[in-house]
Amino acid sequence: MNTGIPLEYFLITATLMFFVGVYGFMTRKNMITILMSVELMLNAVNINFLSFNRYLFPGQLEGHFFALFIIAVAAAEAAVAIAIIINIYRHFQSIDVEKADEMKY
Amino acid sequence: MIDFSFTVLIPLIPIFVFLFVGLVGHKMKPMVSGIIGTLGLATSAILSYFTAYMYFFRVGKVNDVYQSFVGNGPIAKTVNITWLQLTDKLHIDMGVLLDPISVMMLIVITTISLMVHIYSLGYMKGEKGFARFYAFLSLFSFSMLGLVLATNIFQMYIFWELVGVSSFLLIGFYYEKPSAVAASKKAFIVTRFADLGFLIGILILSFNTGTFDFKSLTDIHGTAITSGAGASFLGLSVMTWSLIFVFMGGAGKSAMFPLHIWLPDAMEGPTPVSALIHAATMVVAGVYLVARLFPVYALSAPDGLTVVAYVGSFSSLFAAVIACTQLDIKRVLAYSTMSQIGYMMVGLGVSKYGGEAGLGYMASMFHLFTHAMFKALLFLGAGAIIHAVHSNVMNEMGGLRKYLPITHVTFLIACLTIAGIPFLSAFFSKDEILSAAYHHNRLIFVVQLFVAGLTAFYMFRLYFRVFWNKEPHYHHTPHEAPITMTIPLIFLAIASIFAGYIKFSHFVSSDSIPFESEIEWMNVAIPSIIVGLIGIGVAFVMYKKESNLPDKMASGLKLLYVGAFNKFYFDEIYLFVTKKIIFNYISRPVAWFDRHIVDGFMNAIAAVTNYVSLKIKGFQSGQVQQYAFVFVSGAILLSVVFIYLFSK
Repeated sequence: MNTGIPLEYFLITATLMFFVGVYGFMTRKNMITILMSVELMLNAVNINFLSFNRYLFPGQLEGHFFALFIIAVAAAEAAVAIAIIINIYRHFQSIDVEKADEMKY
Repeated sequence: MIDFSFTVLIPLIPIFVFLFVGLVGHKMKPMVSGIIGTLGLATSAILSYFTAYMYFFRVGKVNDVYQSFVGNGPIAKTVNITWLQLTDKLHIDMGVLLDPISVMMLIVITTISLMVHIYSLGYMKGEKGFARFYAFLSLFSFSMLGLVLATNIFQMYIFWELVGVSSFLLIGFYYEKPSAVAASKKAFIVTRFADLGFLIGILILSFNTGTFDFKSLTDIHGTAITSGAGASFLGLSVMTWSLIFVFMGGAGKSAMFPLHIWLPDAMEGPTPVSALIHAATMVVAGVYLVARLFPVYALSAPDGLTVVAYVGSFSSLFAAVIACTQLDIKRVLAYSTMSQIGYMMVGLGVSKYGGEAGLGYMASMFHLFTHAMFKALLFLGAGAIIHAVHSNVMNEMGGLRKYLPITHVTFLIACLTIAGIPFLSAFFSKDEILSAAYHHNRLIFVVQLFVAGLTAFYMFRLYFRVFWNKEPHYHHTPHEAPITMTIPLIFLAIASIFAGYIKFSHFVSSDSIPFESEIEWMNVAIPSIIVGLIGIGVAFVMYKKESNLPDKMASGLKLLYVGAFNKFYFDEIYLFVTKKIIFNYISRPVAWFDRHIVDGFMNAIAAVTNYVSLKIKGFQSGQVQQYAFVFVSGAILLSVVFIYLFSK
C-alpha cells in the first residue's frame, strides 16, 4: 500500500472543507447558501469515509456504500430544504434566515 | 347444615335501593321512590324475621348454648370474605356474624326502619327531596345492618362511620335551614372526635390480641382473654385502656356524657329520622358495641366496665334533669333517649359474665329492644303532633286529645311504658336493669331509681301539656294524621305493650346459655312502681290544668332550673373551649405555620424557578444560526475534553 498521497492529506482536506461548511452555515444569511454549506459538510464526511475505507480496509466496500447512501440522502434533503425555503419565502417575502425568527420565547 | 348465606342480602337490598333511588329517583314520581324504598326494606325485614326464626328456634342452639355463626361452620354457613390480608394471621374480613344479639338487632332495626319508611310516606308527603330522603334512609339502613352483622371490629368501624355519614346527611336534610346545617356538622364532628378514640382503641386492642375477629376476641378460652391484660399504664392495664378508648367511640355515638351535645341538636332533622336514627337504632350502637365485646370487658378489663356503668348512670341522671325543663317536645324526647341509653349502659356496666350474674347484660339488651319500640312510638307520635300543629314547642300545644285520638292513645301507652307501669314492656326490662344494679352497686341503683321517677315526671309533663292543659289558639283545627302515619303508631303501641312478655333471658345472655330471670317484687319492682307513680302524680298536679305551680317550682329551684333549662351550659363550655382556646392557641399557630412556612417554602421554589426562567429565556431567540453556534461550540468543547481525557 504505497500509492503516493498519504491518508493525512485527505483528512486535512476534508477537515478544511468541513469547517468551511460550518463557517458558512453560521455566517451566511441567505438560506440557499446555508444549504450549500450543509452540502459541503456532508461531502467532507464523504471524503473521510472513502479515504478511511481505501487506506484501512482496502478489500471492503462499506465506506463506498455509506458515501453513496449519504449522497442519496443529501439529494433528498436538498429537495425538502428547498421546498421549505420556498414556503418561507412566500411567508416572509425573504429568504434571510434572521427574518425567520418567530419560533422564539 | 343450614345455609345462612342469604343473610347477606339483608343489608345489600337497602344499598341497592339507595343506589337506584339516589341515581334515578328524581326522574320518577316521588311516591314511587318512597314505595320502592319501603318495599326494599320490607324484604329485608321478612328475611330478618326468617333468620331470627331459624336461628332462635331451629338451629341456633347446640347443647343449650347459642352458637355464633361466621363463615363455613359445621352447623351453618354465612358469607365471610377475607378483604384485606395484612399478615398471615391478621386479616380484615367482610361478612355476616349471626349470634343472639346480632339477630335481635336485625329484628329491631328492620322493624323500626320499616315502620319509619311507612310513616314517612305520610309525614314527608309533598316535601322537596322526597326521593333523596328515601335514598338516605336506605343508606342508613344498609349501614346499620352492616354494623350489627359485622364479623370483626374493623368491619364494624367502617359501617360505624357510614352510619355517622348517613346520620349527618339526614340531620342536614333541610339543608336550606342554617340551624340544620349547623346541627349536622356538630353531630358529625362530635361523633367523629369520639371515633378517633374508637380507632385508637381498635389499634391497641388488635395489637395486643393479634386479631380483629369478634369470635376470637370474645372466645373465653382464646388468647385475647386468657393471655392477661398486658402491661399497665397509669394504674390500668393496656387492655383496659384500649377498651375504655373503644367505649369512647360508643359513648360518642350513644350520646353519653360528655359527648352528648350533638343529640338534642340532631332533632333538626325530619321527625321520622329522629325516631329511627336518634332514638331507636343508631344511638344504641354504642351499647351494642360494648355488648359485642362484653366478654372481653367482663373478664379482662372489669375496670372498663366500671367506667361504663358510672358514665351511663351519670348521663341518665343528667339527661333526665334537663328533660324536665325543656319546652321543645323533640328535645325532651332526645334527652329522654340519652337517659334511657344511660340505663342500658348501666345494665352492661354492673353485669358480670355468665349465668345469673350476667343479668345486667341480658337486661340491657332487653331494654334496648323495648326502648326501640316505645321510643320510636314516642317520636312518631311527636311527629304526628308536629304534623298537626306545625310547631315543636309545648307552649303552642294543649288539649290535643280531642283532635288526635289515635295519636293520643298511642302516645299515652308509650308514656306509661317508659314510666315503668307494670305489665308494659319497659317495666320488665327496666326492672331487670334495676335489679342487676341492686345486686352489684347500690349507689347506682339509687340513682337509677330516682331517674325512673324523673322519667315518669318529664314524660307525663310532656303528655299533660300536649294533650290536656289549656288549649291555645290554633290557626286551623288540628287534624289526625293520615293512615300511613297511624298504622305504624298502632303497630308500635302493640309492640310496646307486649314486647315485655318475651322471655328474653331464654334468648340473650352474656354467655349464650339461656337462664331464668324473675322480677324481684320486694326490692326492686315495688319501689320502682312507687317512684313512677309519684312522678306521674306530680306531673298530673302540675300540668293537668293550667296552674302557676310550675312557675313556683321553677323559681323555688331557680339555680337548678336555669341550669337545666340551659342544658347546664355544656354547649357554651364546648364553644368556649373550641373557639377561645383551641382556635386561638392551637389552630391559629398551626394555620400560621401552614401559611407561612409550608406554603412559603413551596412559593419560594416557584418564585426561584420563575425568576431563573425569565432570565434564561433569551437563549430561545429563534435565530437558527445562534443555535448552531452554541451546538458547534459545545461539540468542539466536548471533543477537546475527550481528547484530553483519553489521549493519555
